Parts: sequence; C-alpha cells; structure tokens
Amino acid sequence: MPRKRGRRTLHPRVHWAAPPSLSPRRHRLLLRGARIPTSTTVRSALCWEHFIGRRHGRIGPPSSCSDWLAARWRNGRGSRARVRLCSGWSAAEEARSPALGAWLGRQRWLLRMGAGRFGAPMERHGKASATSASSAGDPAPGGPEGRRREPMRRRASSASAPAAEASAEGVRRDRPGSYSGPTSVSRQRVDSLKKKRPLFPWFGLDIGGTLVKLVYFEPKDITAEEEEEEVESLKSIRKYLTSHVAYGSTGIRDVHLELKDLTLCGRKGNLHFIRFPTHDMPAFIQMGRDKNFSSLHTVFCATGGGAYKFEQDFLTIGDLQLCKLDELDCLIKGILYIDSVGFNGRSQCYYFENPADSEKCQKLPFDLKNPYPLLLVNIGSGVSILAVYSKDNYKRVTGTSLGGGTFFGLCCLLTGCTTFEEALEMASRGDSTKVDKLVRDIYGGDYERFGLPGWAVASSFGNMMSKEKREAVTKEDLARATLITITNNIGSIARMCALNENINQVVFVGNFLRINTIAMRLLAYALDYWSKGQLKALFSEHEGYFGAVGALLELLKIP
Amino acid sequence: MAECGASGGGSSGDTLDKSITLPPDEIFRNLENAKRFAIDIGGSLTKLAYYSTVQHKVAKVRSFDHSGKDAEHDHEPPYEISVQEEITARLHFIKFENTYIGGCLDFIKDHLVNTETKVIQATGGGAYKFKDLIEEKLRLKVDKQDVMTCLIKGCNFVLKNIPQEAFIYQKDSDPEFRFQTNHPNIFPYLLVNIGSGVSIVKVETEDRFEWVGGSSIGGGTFWGLGALLTRTKKFDELLHLASKGQHTNVDMLVQDIYGGAHQTLGLSGNLIASSFGKSATTDKEFSKEDMAKSLLHMISNDIGQLACLHAKLHGLDRVYFGGFFIRGHPVTMRTITYSINFFSKGEVQALFLRHEGYLGAIGAFLKGAEQDNPNQYSWGENYAGSSGLMSTAPELGPTRRARSGTFDLLEMDRLERPLVNLPLLLDPSSYVPDTVDLTDDALARKYWLTCFEEALDGVVKRAVASQPDAADATERAEKFRQKYWDKLQTLRHQPFAYGTLTVRSLLDTREHCLNEFNFPDPYSKVKQRENGVALKCFPGVIRSLDALGWEERQLALVKGLLAGNVPSRPLWSRSPWERPWLVDSYSKWLQRLKGPPHKCALIFADNSGVDIILGVFPFVRELLFRGTEVILACNSGPALNDVTHSEALIVAERIAAMDPVVHSALREERLLLVQTGSSSPCLDLSRLDKGLAVLVRERGADLVVIEGMGRAVHTNYHAALCCESLKLAVVKNAWLAERLGGRLFSVIFKYEVPAE
Repeated sequence: MPRKRGRRTLHPRVHWAAPPSLSPRRHRLLLRGARIPTSTTVRSALCWEHFIGRRHGRIGPPSSCSDWLAARWRNGRGSRARVRLCSGWSAAEEARSPALGAWLGRQRWLLRMGAGRFGAPMERHGKASATSASSAGDPAPGGPEGRRREPMRRRASSASAPAAEASAEGVRRDRPGSYSGPTSVSRQRVDSLKKKRPLFPWFGLDIGGTLVKLVYFEPKDITAEEEEEEVESLKSIRKYLTSHVAYGSTGIRDVHLELKDLTLCGRKGNLHFIRFPTHDMPAFIQMGRDKNFSSLHTVFCATGGGAYKFEQDFLTIGDLQLCKLDELDCLIKGILYIDSVGFNGRSQCYYFENPADSEKCQKLPFDLKNPYPLLLVNIGSGVSILAVYSKDNYKRVTGTSLGGGTFFGLCCLLTGCTTFEEALEMASRGDSTKVDKLVRDIYGGDYERFGLPGWAVASSFGNMMSKEKREAVTKEDLARATLITITNNIGSIARMCALNENINQVVFVGNFLRINTIAMRLLAYALDYWSKGQLKALFSEHEGYFGAVGALLELLKIP
Repeated sequence: MAECGASGGGSSGDTLDKSITLPPDEIFRNLENAKRFAIDIGGSLTKLAYYSTVQHKVAKVRSFDHSGKDAEHDHEPPYEISVQEEITARLHFIKFENTYIGGCLDFIKDHLVNTETKVIQATGGGAYKFKDLIEEKLRLKVDKQDVMTCLIKGCNFVLKNIPQEAFIYQKDSDPEFRFQTNHPNIFPYLLVNIGSGVSIVKVETEDRFEWVGGSSIGGGTFWGLGALLTRTKKFDELLHLASKGQHTNVDMLVQDIYGGAHQTLGLSGNLIASSFGKSATTDKEFSKEDMAKSLLHMISNDIGQLACLHAKLHGLDRVYFGGFFIRGHPVTMRTITYSINFFSKGEVQALFLRHEGYLGAIGAFLKGAEQDNPNQYSWGENYAGSSGLMSTAPELGPTRRARSGTFDLLEMDRLERPLVNLPLLLDPSSYVPDTVDLTDDALARKYWLTCFEEALDGVVKRAVASQPDAADATERAEKFRQKYWDKLQTLRHQPFAYGTLTVRSLLDTREHCLNEFNFPDPYSKVKQRENGVALKCFPGVIRSLDALGWEERQLALVKGLLAGNVPSRPLWSRSPWERPWLVDSYSKWLQRLKGPPHKCALIFADNSGVDIILGVFPFVRELLFRGTEVILACNSGPALNDVTHSEALIVAERIAAMDPVVHSALREERLLLVQTGSSSPCLDLSRLDKGLAVLVRERGADLVVIEGMGRAVHTNYHAALCCESLKLAVVKNAWLAERLGGRLFSVIFKYEVPAE
C-alpha cells in the first residue's frame, strides 16, 4: 500500500517567485559552480542545474525558437525526460499523453496570444499526477502509512534545504506585511511575477468525500483598461461569486473567513471561501458549462479525491481540464501560507486555555513561529495525520476512518438529523454520560490501580447495552455521545502519533471542526490531560480550506 | 446425576433454562477435596476456579531383597509391583452462563466437604453484583481482587504452563488456527483486553505491568451502538448479523471518493475512508446486517490501530488480545487480525489465547493461593478433563453442544517437578517438538485418528487385563473407551481443539484418559515380565558382544539399540539390517567413534525389556569404556511399555550385580539415572525435569541419544541441538514408513553434528 512518492522537483519557478534569499555560503558555491554537496540522486542534481541557470540568467528565453520550443522551454525546464526524472512521471501518465497533446495545444495558443507565462502545464500535469498518485488512498482507515518522503528529507538537510528554508522564512518574516503589496520585493521580481501570472479567474478547488471547498481570488486592483478588456463571462463570475453569500440551495460563502487586501502574484484582492456538498458537484460542473468557463482558458487546480473522480466529467461536460494536485501537498502548502498571512491582521492559529472550564475557557491566539516539527491532523470525512518537518518534508503517519463522516453519518442514523449544523446543535444540548459508561460507573470512582479518573469514558455507548437505559436516552444525548466518542478517539490516536513521532504541537484542521467548539475544547483538554501537559492542541481559523488554498497556490506557483 | 435446579434462587417460577442438570463426575469434580475458591463473574459468563487433590492409583515397583544370594528361580519376576494411592494436586476451572450461578453455588455448597475454606476470591464486573448471593449461599467471605491484576496473572500462568496456548487466526486458510510455540521468555508483551472498553497493558515481568493506554471504543460500543442501530439486543446476534453484512454499503470507501482512478493510482479502493460515511450523504435505508458489519469493522480497525501504535511506542511485537469481544469469536478474531496486519504492515501479529476466558479466574485463584506458591510448580493441561477450544462449535451434535455450551472446563495438573528447556537446544524459541502438524496435514490427520480409533479396542482389553483383581475394571475401561472416543471425534471436527494436533497429543490424551479411570499403568505386568526375561539374557549378550572385533561390535551395539524397538520377531521380507538404511549416517558415526571420546552422553530411553536391557545398557557400557559419562533419562511416569525411572533404577541395580563396568560406573557416578519429568511416550525437549537440565549443564553433555519412534520420529526428528546427536528408530508403521519414503521396519539412523 504505501509507496514512495516520486521526488518532487524543486521547480525553478518556485524560486523565482520566492524571495531570492540564498544563504551567502550557498550562493558562493553556486557561483563557483561547485558541486553542491548532496546525498540525493541525479534528479536533484538536474534540478540544481536549472536552478543555477535560472538564477544567473545563463539560459534565457530563446527569442527565435518556435512556439512549440518556446512553450517547451517556458513550461519547463520541463522537457519530458526531465519531468519524468524530476517527478517520477508514471508510465500510466505517459500512456495518456494524447490527451495532453490537446492540452498543450491550448497552452501554445495561450502563449501566442501573449497571455503571459503560464505555469508549465505539462510539467505541472505530470507532477500533479505523479505526486497524487502516490498520495492517493490517504483516506483509508489509515490509508498508506508512513509515507515518508525520505529523499526529500535528506535533501532538505543537504542541498536544497537552505534555499527552501530561506524562502519559507522570508515569507514568515514578512508577516504581517506580506499581504501589504509588492513594496518589499524588487522591481525585477514584480516584472517576473506579471509575466508568469496565470489568467483570471483564480480558483483553488478541493473536492473531498463530503464537501467541496472552493477558494476564489477577487482582484481589487483592476485598472480601467483591464476592466475594459475583461471578457463578459469573467466579469459575471466575479460579480456572481462576490455579490452572493449563498449559491443555489447548498453553496455557502464563509464571509467571516474572507481575507482582505491580500497580495498574490503582485495582484491585490480578496480571497473568498466557498463550500458546497460533493453530491452537488455535477451541478457545479453544469454551471461551468453554462457560464462557458472553458472559453476563459483558465486552469482549474483541484485537489482531493474528487479531482480524480470528477476529472472526466469536467472534461466531457465542462470542456475543462483539471490540473490534479496531491491533497497532502496542497494541505501543507495552504496551511503554511495562510498562517503566514494571518487573518486580516489577526492570528490565524489559536488554542484554548482552560478548555474544560466553561467559564474560564478562552480562545487565545497562538504564534506559530516555530512550526516544525508539527503534527497535522486533518479531520474531514476521515482523518489523515501528517508529521511535518519542513515546508516540503512531511510524511503521512496514519489515518483513521472514524472522522467527521462517521460523526455525521451515525448522527443521521441515530437521531434522524439531516445537516451537520443540526447534529452539532443537538449535541450541544445532550448529555453523553447517559449513553457512555464512565470509569466511575464501573468502579464507583477513580480506578486507582491504573490511574484512571472516574469521569473518563470507559465504554462509549456502553450504557446502551441495557434496554432500560436505551429507552431513557434522548436524541440529543446520542448526538453528544457520538461527538464525544469520535473526538476522543481522534485525540487519542493523535496523541499516540505525537508520542511515536516525538512531536509536541498538534494542529487540528478540517471541516469537522467548523463551528464545533465542543470538539475543539475536548481535543484541547484530552491532549493536555493525557499527555500531562506535554502536548498542545492548536487550531486554525480557516480549518477546512487549506487544501483549496494550496491548490490556488499551485496555480500561482507560490511556494 | 444430581438434580440441581434453580430452587435455591427462592422463586418457584423460574423458567426451565435456569435449571440445570449437573453430572457430578464431569463438572465440579473433586469438590469434596476442594479448597481455595475463586470466581470471575463477567457480563454474561461466570468462571469458577478451585484447587483440589486427586487420588490416583499408581503402580509402584519395588526391588526384592536379594541379600539371600542368587535365590533366583526361573519364573520369579525381577521386582514386585504394587498399586498404591497417590495424591496429586489439580486446578479446576469451570465456565458457565451467569443464569446458572444460583444453581451452581447451591451445588457447590451441597458437595463441599472441606470446611477450612473461609474465603472466595472474586473478580470481574459481576463480582460486585453477586457478592451478597455468593456470601449467602457459600457462606464464604468474598475477597475482591483487581480485574486487570487477575487477568495478567492468569495470562502469565497459561503462557508459562500451556505450550501452544497462543495462536494466530487466519480466516479462509486451513487450519484457521496456528498455534505458536511459547517463547521461553514470555516477557515483555502487550495485552489488549477488549471488554466493554479497551485496556492496553504492557507486561514486563511476573509482577510488573503498566496500563499504557486504552480506548472507550470497545465491545460495549459494538453492543450498545449496535443495539441502537439494529434493535438487536444480544451480542452474539449482533456478531451474527455482522457476519452476513456488507460494510461497503454503509462506509465511504476510497473508491467512493476517488472514483475509478484508484485503480490507475494503484490504490486499494476498498479501504475505508470514512466509517458510516455513506449514511451521511445518502438518504436510503441501510440493512441491519450492513450496519452491524460496518460497526464491527470500525471498532476492530480502531482497536487494531491503537494496539499497533502502542506496540510501536513500546517496541513490542507480541500482542495478545482478550476480552469478551474476542472470546473465540471467529468474526472478531478475523477483523482484529486484519486490522493489525494492515496497520503494522505485518510487523505485529495478533495473538489469541486458547484459555482466554479463564484468565481472570486463574489470576484470582493464584492471588488467593499465594501461600501455596503455585508459581513454583509446573502445571500441565489435563486433556481428559478439559473442553477444547470452541467447544460450542456447530458441528457437534445438538445435545452435546447444549451441554458443552453450558459448561466449559479446564483442568491443570500440578506436576511434581518443575519443567524447563533442555539447555542443549540450539534455539529454544523456535524449537517445535512435533514432526508432523496434524492440524495442517489433513491426510496424516485422517490416518492417525483412524489408527487411534482402531487401536482403542486393544487398549481397552489391555487395561482390563492389567487389573484382573478389580471388579469394576471392565466398567471403568468402557468409560475410558467412551471418553477417548469422544475426544477423537472432537478432534476430527476441530483438530485445533487442544492446540496443534500431533501424534504426541493423541498419545498424551490417551494416557490422561487412562489415568482418569484409574488405569495408571496397564503395561506394568508386561514390562515386569519382559524385563525379567531380558535380564536373564544380559550376560550372554555381553559375552557375545565382547567377543566381537571393535568395528563389528559398534555395529552390533547400534543394531541392539534399534532392535529393542521392534516387537517380537516379525516376518522380515528383507532383513532390516541390510544397509543402507532409510536414513543412514552410520559411517559418519563410526568415524566419530574412532576419534576422542565424548565427555558425557545424555540418553533418552524408550521401552522396557529387551530395549533398555539388551540395547541401551550394552551401548551405555561401551560409552563408559570409552571414558564417556552417561546420563540415562527415563520417564517419570508410565506410558505404554516405556521404561519408567523407577523401573530403570531396579534394572540398573540388577545389571550392576552382573556387570562390573556398570557397577563401578554407578558407584562412581559416571552413570547417572534421572527422570525426564514426563509421562508421555513422546519427548518434548522444552519441558524437561529441572534436575536433568542442571545435570546436563554440570556434566557438560556433548552427545544426545534419542531412540524409539515416539521420541525420535514423531517428535524431535527435526530438532536442532547445539551438540552431537543420534536419533535412532525402526519405523513400525507402514503408513509412516511410506511417507518417509521407505517400507515397514525401515531403519532411521540419524547422526547429526551441529554446524561450526
């Protein structure tokens, strides 16, 4: 089951976009053309050559080459062979290349139209599928275990690490100024940003098992000239998305999460966060068709399992080619980025003080200044747990099938509720101790032999073995017990992973936590209690949207 | 049969199923001598434990007084046999449903003679609930013991004393149960007890253990949540529903999220992404079976994952699972095994225990019996008095099932001497005594079961004949026949009932059954006669051997060792002595004999009569000549016509009187006679008398000789030792001979030298 994923390229463009802050030593090494001491294979060596070339302009865009070559050049340092080397392009992918031909055709057209430099579709495509290929299956009752990206880690500690870290730090150091515009970057860089900017509209899509998360960047710095050129369909999308807070019967814009005055690729604007159920995906695709999205020649960067499931529908119904991205890559990218830009001047990350005490409990900002290592627990329909050691060095530790989908699913069966909100509302009014058997129900108090407190749950739903007690509980009690059961279990598995990985900060994200203070406080308390204060549970305001943000960043080639 | 109804409960309107008939000679046996009671009352089953003494007839041999020089007459036996009563200790464990508790307590009270007993150790959740009832009925003070402490004590006890206690479960493979040889050091291990919740305990030594974690999602969650979802009230019914369901209808799978792409991505689309995930997104009704199955998977996966995380954190690879969620249910053993394999990627194996249900009762009993030091002794499972694993299997006839489903038994005999590994085993942790695993080998199983069935008549006749003066011999022999026949039938249907089925276990079971009906040594008279005859021949044999040249003599000695194995002069189709033999490393052995003498040889003797006297002793004598010390190990108790330690002592004494070599060797302790600690016709080198092991170490034994089919072919044929070894046998069974690629009376001469 677990497969080594292909080493991801350190894409040259990544470094163009990133603050070019090489360590002086490394810079000297590069200038001398010295071989970078590296333990990695040819692959990274190749990547380094590109890197060197790009940085010093030895390889410029050949002005006289044909479109095709230009495309090749621009797209990629992306000659096919290299792509394969760099990203482990699978044989299966190659077999699909006829489809890519059409795709490339469109890109060539875009390039001819002077539409700006577009993000190496071919390479991107290859890369996306290669990385996703190995990451898929995440949601399993654990999915592929311990997908450690060994090569990357090694790499992080040798060749590319300084550069990568430097850029990451660069972003962090800027906070909170990083969303204040291009003032801090050089003129040269602004130019390069402009050139490589993809066409509007900018979307990032994360199609999960239950929910689709969509982030949309609304440019606010549109010049009159630009507005004039803006095609009608683009304008209508912008107007439609920004002027509504609900779409159809199920689509919702989380207005409170909107990030204002964000600068992305030199453009200033607002980032919107929209969600709708995955079962409405066909309607969404239909809308894309109706609104004639394909005429915009935009690229849909999508992640999550649905990127695969609906790929064909996007193509045949919407005439849209999805750029599929690995969901864990996107998740991590998204969370690091969003944390770096903050939440409209406030902190993105927070924790609970006195989580068990309803009066003294306080939600307080947390400065994630030392993010690594970090245990990332993503609670969607299922749960994925990742150990993150640096920006691009992480592994999937494990996962569990007892996640948000289980909570909601069981609640539907037990209480007949129909929405997540309803389930949570019922839970907030219920009493789980009527349903669960506590330690004190068995031992009359604490179980001292093992140091178990009387209030701890000994058996979830344990009281429901008795007919009388089954008849005495309310739906609210059942909803509460379901919530407590699932949450405690996630906390317990997360704690074990943190211990096994020797990590003490645990960030919980995912839509299970949306408007779910009960679960967050319980996680905070359980982690603190059972670890005797060694572990800290952290949360993030944009809990469920990081995958979608990561997809958007991929579109924009933001590291 | 004593009628023991629920009348004790005080209410006359009890339903029929609460009244039971207790056959006193089968259940609650030896109550009259019982002391030290312990009881473990769980959610639905009660386990009762007590210690009792069992009176057995044993055949003792005693040397005649030979002071009156050469008073031997031709027909006088070499020694006398007397049948005596011997008292041995036994542990009884009985498991029954809680509904019968009142009746059972009444029964115990009525039959309890021993009045010293004042206290009963109690454990389990129900100990609180039934405390008053127990105190009132038995008039014993209830002393409550901690559940987990008892569980762990019990677990240590069975792991130490019952070889092949632990097994792995593989659904859809034959056999489904694979028993594990116990590692000589059972610690450290992880015990995952899945009761209503889950407790995970790390056990480091006999007394040191630690609760390392747990989960509230356990058997109670399956039962409670299952009852809510399916309106099915009983745990067993829920399991039954689950075994028929399809979880993919309820769970959101990877393929539901990824579509068909999981295939091109090389993913297993069947992995569960979100348990009950489909019930969140679809409005349709789900079947009870499907929901039960999904719930079972959810809980098993979760427990397996936590167990793996804990095993990893503590660096342990032995994880035992117990608790009512497991308790012999193939459905849950299967899902837990699957989950452990999945999450540990095969690094951790889920192990289950044959006597898992008894752990609490055993532990509580041991707590109460600490002054008797039960842990100082070795104990052995008594096959005659124990129900096998899964005694409620549906294959059994309905009547039998009804009873064994009601009462499940375990009896453990205290062995007079502690048993340990032979220090000469190359790798004690991988040593398997038995050559053929009959659980695995269906053809061999069929053959041997039939073989033992057919031999039963002869054994019964022999048993009756051995006690001509006992009026009830025939009746007891018939009971023996019935008991052993039943065991054989059980084993036909459930070869795994008592651990790995082997020829050894079939033989041992027969010995246990014979003992049970007071036929301690059916062969005593035969052995006596044969020893007498052989002793008379001894001087002549020695004379003729001594007349041979060195090389010829070596061959003759080896033939003598082998010949003792062959029953009275068969009609040879071909002389069995014609070499090459079926397995023949004689030349290598001869070469070795030309070299320096061995320091000390350990010889495991086989039969009485010709074998020990004309085969083993001349061979021993030659070794002594060479300057090799000899340890001659014989069975502690009788088994078939095997020579016992006490018989061997007399034989040695008689030979010493005739032969100065043996005489001086005995006097100078260059020849030592020891007992093996066993009463089996086979040989388990991992359970030998401690004294023997000490001696072997002291004397620096560098040669092991094992002779006879039971010890060298059925067992130990593949045993690897860290010193030279000789395994000698004549294959007296045509079927086996054919299997080995030879014919009836093929000779096995296996001389092995360990690799440098």
